[in-house]
Amino acid sequence: MSEHLSALIVVLPLLAAPVCLLLKQPRMVRAWTSIVAWACLVMAWTLLERVHAEGVITYSMGGWDPPLGIEYRLDALNAYLLVIVTGIASVVFPSGAILTDTSLPEGKSHLYFAALLLCLAGLLGISSTGDLFNVFVFVEITSLSSYTLISLGKNRQALTAAFSYLVMGTIGGTFLLVGIGFLYQVTGTLNMQDLALRLPELLGSRTILAGFAFLMVGGSIKLAVFPLHQWLPNAYTHAPAAVSAFIAATATKVSYYLLARIIFTIFGAAFVFDALHLHWLLLPLAIAAMFAGSLAAVFQTDLKRLLAYSSIAQIGYMTLGLCMASETGLTGGIVHLFNHALMKGGLFLAVACVVMRTGSSSVSAISGLGRKMPLTMAAIVVGGLSLIGVPGTAGFISKWYLVVGALEKGWYAVSVLILLSSLIAVVYVWRLVETIFFGDPEHEVCEVPWTSWLPTWILIGATLVFGFWTDVTVGGASAAARSLLGVAP
Amino acid sequence: MEALGIWNYWGVVLLMMVGLYTVIARDHLVKKLIGLGIFQVAVILFYVSMGKVTGGTPPIIPEGADGSEVYSNPLPHVLMLTAIVVGVATLAVGLALVVRIREAYGTVEEDELQRMNRSGS
Repeated sequence: MSEHLSALIVVLPLLAAPVCLLLKQPRMVRAWTSIVAWACLVMAWTLLERVHAEGVITYSMGGWDPPLGIEYRLDALNAYLLVIVTGIASVVFPSGAILTDTSLPEGKSHLYFAALLLCLAGLLGISSTGDLFNVFVFVEITSLSSYTLISLGKNRQALTAAFSYLVMGTIGGTFLLVGIGFLYQVTGTLNMQDLALRLPELLGSRTILAGFAFLMVGGSIKLAVFPLHQWLPNAYTHAPAAVSAFIAATATKVSYYLLARIIFTIFGAAFVFDALHLHWLLLPLAIAAMFAGSLAAVFQTDLKRLLAYSSIAQIGYMTLGLCMASETGLTGGIVHLFNHALMKGGLFLAVACVVMRTGSSSVSAISGLGRKMPLTMAAIVVGGLSLIGVPGTAGFISKWYLVVGALEKGWYAVSVLILLSSLIAVVYVWRLVETIFFGDPEHEVCEVPWTSWLPTWILIGATLVFGFWTDVTVGGASAAARSLLGVAP
Repeated sequence: MEALGIWNYWGVVLLMMVGLYTVIARDHLVKKLIGLGIFQVAVILFYVSMGKVTGGTPPIIPEGADGSEVYSNPLPHVLMLTAIVVGVATLAVGLALVVRIREAYGTVEEDELQRMNRSGS
């Protein structure tokens, strides 16, 4: 049993999704989705422990050995990512706010949960497979289910947002497919490890360069790297708040993993950064994202859109870690992956609570709610502080590693820019704090039930815990960074 | 002449650009989806023509084979079976969205949709 864990973690949610259609009873479907997510979390944690104790776990699908068969390959990075994705899923799925803000007709909620499980299966698949074509298939599973989930938002704009995400996402996915095709044409293999062995002697070839370009652009569309982020604000704004919490906290993280895998494992940092100088392209884009995202967030009047723009800025920080290609920088990027998943997941869930009570997600909706919904509002404030990177919160840890990484590289200007862009975050978080505590209440509301505030506080509380206790997050991330860079742990 | 010899790739590039142009330039959502379909089909053709070996037979070993047969590479073809399924699924989700957009807005022209979204409501 235990040797099949790395396959089971993907197969379980995939098979559990159709079961939702059979169960049909809303209560049972909800319980079932939560149990599946918890089971996946347990498996992911076991796998992470095993990777740290025994090293890389490989699994040949159906007993066909790689490179002929599909290989599932878990190293410190994959296992870390699996824990993030399943962790977020197992907090968001049972949340009482999961169905707020949706336009689901009566008696159709089992389909919504099935789509959530499929999305989870796709994300876990991308994170654990070692086969490039398999990656494409799982990317499409994830994307298709997230188009459906986003289109279920309450307003009709959700439909147009989902459609433009579908167009952008399909172009991105197809670009990945073209890139995979180019690599296969030259090397005759789809296995990542095998590609990494065969590519070094072929790196000058133009086919390989074109394949690399296609893979990078396709991956960047999925990650929403500035300026390919156009689909993201609308999609997160109009999706149901709990869906935004799940997708914002997991989907972009998995795309980030995919880019890191392509750059470091398949092509190798030496080729990408020393020969192609990719960081001179990615670095300005990352910094532009940090500033443009935060500045745009300052002027938003909708909570979800504000958080979406702040996500673009946070993706900028993570990309910055990628560009540094050093152990500290990558550790910063990967820790930020973890921390940002916690705070964005928590913040979007808090917004879901607000929508649940006030029926609106505009900034004015939270005006003066500091006394009426103390727990939800405190979550927004703490999550906001963590977005800024205030010491004592998880956001501080990741920014610390990024700044240290930049200083190690001798990029002094970059480290100043990281701090400056955090100051813009102070502006938009302060706007929220001011509205919450000094505004006049517009709505006569009371606190949400514990089933809704507890999941929010699990995530927000975790950002506080991991702001002090960094063994797991930073330890895991630096092991992941070392495995990416090929340094022996 | 070498460039002309790989005419199959020229066809793929042409189709891809036609598809991408249609996605970008057309306002009608269904036409956008048609463009997206053409774009994906171009990639499928790219893979299929990649697997073809000159003079190759279908990859089935006949009785009494001595190992000298030339056959086409079956793997890209098999991969494309999956990609075709993905393409059909994307098209289905896209068309379903168009139906719902039409129900909610009464139009499927992108410029009108944008105008209606901007004016609030």
